[in-house]
Amino acid sequence: MIRIEPREKISNSSTVLIPIIAAVVSLLFAAIPLLAAGANPFVAYVEMAKGVFGSVFAISEMLTRATPLIYTGLAAAIAFRAKLWNIGAEGQLYLGAIAAVTVGSGFFDLPAVLLLPLIIVLGGCAGAAGMAAPTYLKVRFGADEVVTTLLLNFIIIIFLQMLLEGPLQDPMGLGWPQSAPILDQGMFPPLIDRMRIHSGLILAVLLAVIAHFMIKYSVWGFKLRAVGENSAAAKHAGININRSLFGVALLSGGLAGLAGVSEVAGLKGYLTADLSPGFGYAGIVVAMLAGLSPLGVLIASVFIASVFVGADSMSRAMGISSFLADLVVSVSLLCVLVGGFISKFKIVRAGTGKRFK
Amino acid sequence: MEASTVLRLKGLTKRFGPILANDDITIELQKGEVLALLGENGAGKTTLMNMLFGHYLPDSGNIEIKRTDDNLVPLELGDPSAALAAGIGMVHQHFTLAENITAFENITLGAESLFSLRRNQKKAQTKIKSIMSHSGLDAPLDIPVGKLSVGERQRVEILKALYRDAHILVLDEPTAVLTPQEADSLFSNLRRMTNQGLSVIFITHKMREVLSFSDRLVVLRDGKNVGSMKTSDASEKKIARLMVGSETQKVSSKRIKPGGPILSLNEISVAGQSKRDSLHEVNLILNSNEILGIAGISGNGQNVLADLISGLVAPDRGSIVLKGVAIENISPFNMIKSGFGRIPEDRHRQGIVGGLSVSENMIIERLDDPQIQNFGFLRSSVINKNAKTLSEKYDVRGPGIDQASRLLSGGNIQKLILARVFEKQPEIILANQPTRGLDMGAASEVQKHLIEARDRGGGVILISEDLDEILGLADRIVVMRDGKLHDAISNSREDIGLMMAGDST
Repeated sequence: MIRIEPREKISNSSTVLIPIIAAVVSLLFAAIPLLAAGANPFVAYVEMAKGVFGSVFAISEMLTRATPLIYTGLAAAIAFRAKLWNIGAEGQLYLGAIAAVTVGSGFFDLPAVLLLPLIIVLGGCAGAAGMAAPTYLKVRFGADEVVTTLLLNFIIIIFLQMLLEGPLQDPMGLGWPQSAPILDQGMFPPLIDRMRIHSGLILAVLLAVIAHFMIKYSVWGFKLRAVGENSAAAKHAGININRSLFGVALLSGGLAGLAGVSEVAGLKGYLTADLSPGFGYAGIVVAMLAGLSPLGVLIASVFIASVFVGADSMSRAMGISSFLADLVVSVSLLCVLVGGFISKFKIVRAGTGKRFK
Repeated sequence: MEASTVLRLKGLTKRFGPILANDDITIELQKGEVLALLGENGAGKTTLMNMLFGHYLPDSGNIEIKRTDDNLVPLELGDPSAALAAGIGMVHQHFTLAENITAFENITLGAESLFSLRRNQKKAQTKIKSIMSHSGLDAPLDIPVGKLSVGERQRVEILKALYRDAHILVLDEPTAVLTPQEADSLFSNLRRMTNQGLSVIFITHKMREVLSFSDRLVVLRDGKNVGSMKTSDASEKKIARLMVGSETQKVSSKRIKPGGPILSLNEISVAGQSKRDSLHEVNLILNSNEILGIAGISGNGQNVLADLISGLVAPDRGSIVLKGVAIENISPFNMIKSGFGRIPEDRHRQGIVGGLSVSENMIIERLDDPQIQNFGFLRSSVINKNAKTLSEKYDVRGPGIDQASRLLSGGNIQKLILARVFEKQPEIILANQPTRGLDMGAASEVQKHLIEARDRGGGVILISEDLDEILGLADRIVVMRDGKLHDAISNSREDIGLMMAGDST
């Protein structure tokens, strides 16, 4: 028999050491399938590191991949802080992207100073609207938002497919289910010439810093924390729970919507139904890794993007199957999450061993 | 009857992390005796009984129990089924009965073999009947337990233990849910059973019961056995000194003349899901300079009344009138604005946000106060200074004002709430079970603050299940029963007890 008890104190050394140990252990575990596939794990890991940090291009690719994860990670972190379980970032991301291509692809012919901000604001609003509906159902009828937001993802993606074959389809697109491209003046300016990294990253980092200060120092953030920690006491103390939840919902949905804006108006330029390889769900993992802290989201996004990009480039360089890359990603995520668990809890042996007669 | 030892707890020690819950406790129980186990909250009474019953495994020490007529044999530790087999029966404070099946089924539940195909109902029935006639414990057997009164349910719990041939009965705060009259009849039944050879340990902190019903008493303090004596040698003062380590003065309020009415509830009805959360045409007037005590057995509508005054529940009918003006838009926020101070019953659930710091919890009801915030941002220097001042003034002790408030002890959490409430000098104070679960020192501190608030001109509504507390503090007493309020016909313990039970109107 074992029992799990929370640690009374989390030592400073363990907060630094445990993630490092977790990373090393994950590399050891991931070496097993690599060996089975006939690859030398050491070479594979060198290739992996090169793929992430080997050049300015590699780093820029990694940060490009991290950008949407920061938005969706923030969306999850803020909602989860208030114990509002937004699992619908994937759908809200697409709502933001739909709004972005709708206004950005020639609907308004505005100069860049106006068009890009308009795209950002409307994309955020679309994502916010996508979270407002499930929150209303939760507050009014007690509908579980885990279910409603999750199911809404599928509805939105099917709705998107309909749009891409109908009103939003690019007339110049040779019948492909894709939208018309966003005008040049509606695109996020690139950060480095001839690379994909774009200024959507700057906005994401800025939002993470703002979110950190708002949660820590504002009355709004105080209410959010109080509602999340103990809504009964918050209510008793005169905090309007429903209003707080709606504020959090709009913000969380808006951030997820911006992930979609940043992907279409920063990276792809046009919208397809495979814009996001699950950034909305990965955002949940980012938020959990980050301990729901906005600044932690920055670090966790970079970590997860590194594993994604590194594993991809490793499988290409080594000529091994790409599902091994997925395996490496999963193993390292599991190890880091288990490491985080071990740093907060201890496992105690109890029962028969100590029993005496 | 010749005294012989039936149970011996020897050197029991139990640690939870840094806390030494039980420190080398040795207790003996004689056959046919009623042993009272006394101690403040956190003194280690429940931990000790949980080790006896096998819920916890002691770090060291052992338990010996008399099996048949042999000598004492060691009891296998950490195994409730061994404790049951050895004849230990436990009646928890919160009953462990299934409400949807009958008392008979509850009593026999688990006592039959899972693998036998036939239930020998007749035999069981005869056995229960014989136990009932021997013990004097009586309860209807064939209606669902959910329909029984609290006193009847407790008797079913005891019958359940006796049905399993318990010869040692442990009762955890048995009278907390009973009227004084029910408690008296419980104790006379217990006495009858001990005359037939049953041994009883009862856990309590009510001095009156200890002195009138026990044969011997053991006092625990800080996890240690600090004294055991014959009840005939004990006095209230002596026990109190042992329990707290020094003599404390009982707070009693000097009556002063009440002022005019400041708050009235007029014909208020709340239709809840059940009897527990409904009010029926409640009328109540609270004067300034007055402590109004609301007595009653728990679950008679006290909580919905508290929620109403806290602003958490709006009445279906009727009005709340504050100094001649009806309060519109009843919400916690508006009640705080109107000058209500509220001390909730469940301080962990409603009183504090455990994850927020002590200083944050001290201003949680003042978030719109311009002293606390500037353009929507918290002024941390003001908040910290406020917390430092209040911690000192109200003696809130803990690991620090910037640490999570859940790290505080129960008494300090209550002091934090007092600091938050009383610092605003509210005109009306609702105190729902303000001293429940507190040690004597913290409890008298709370009571002193209530009296101070009254003397300052405030009106205090004190809801308490502890009749002694109400008799000691209240200027006027009303009794709550079945969601209705009744003026007490006199301030005598007997009259109020009868009204609580509903025997007279």
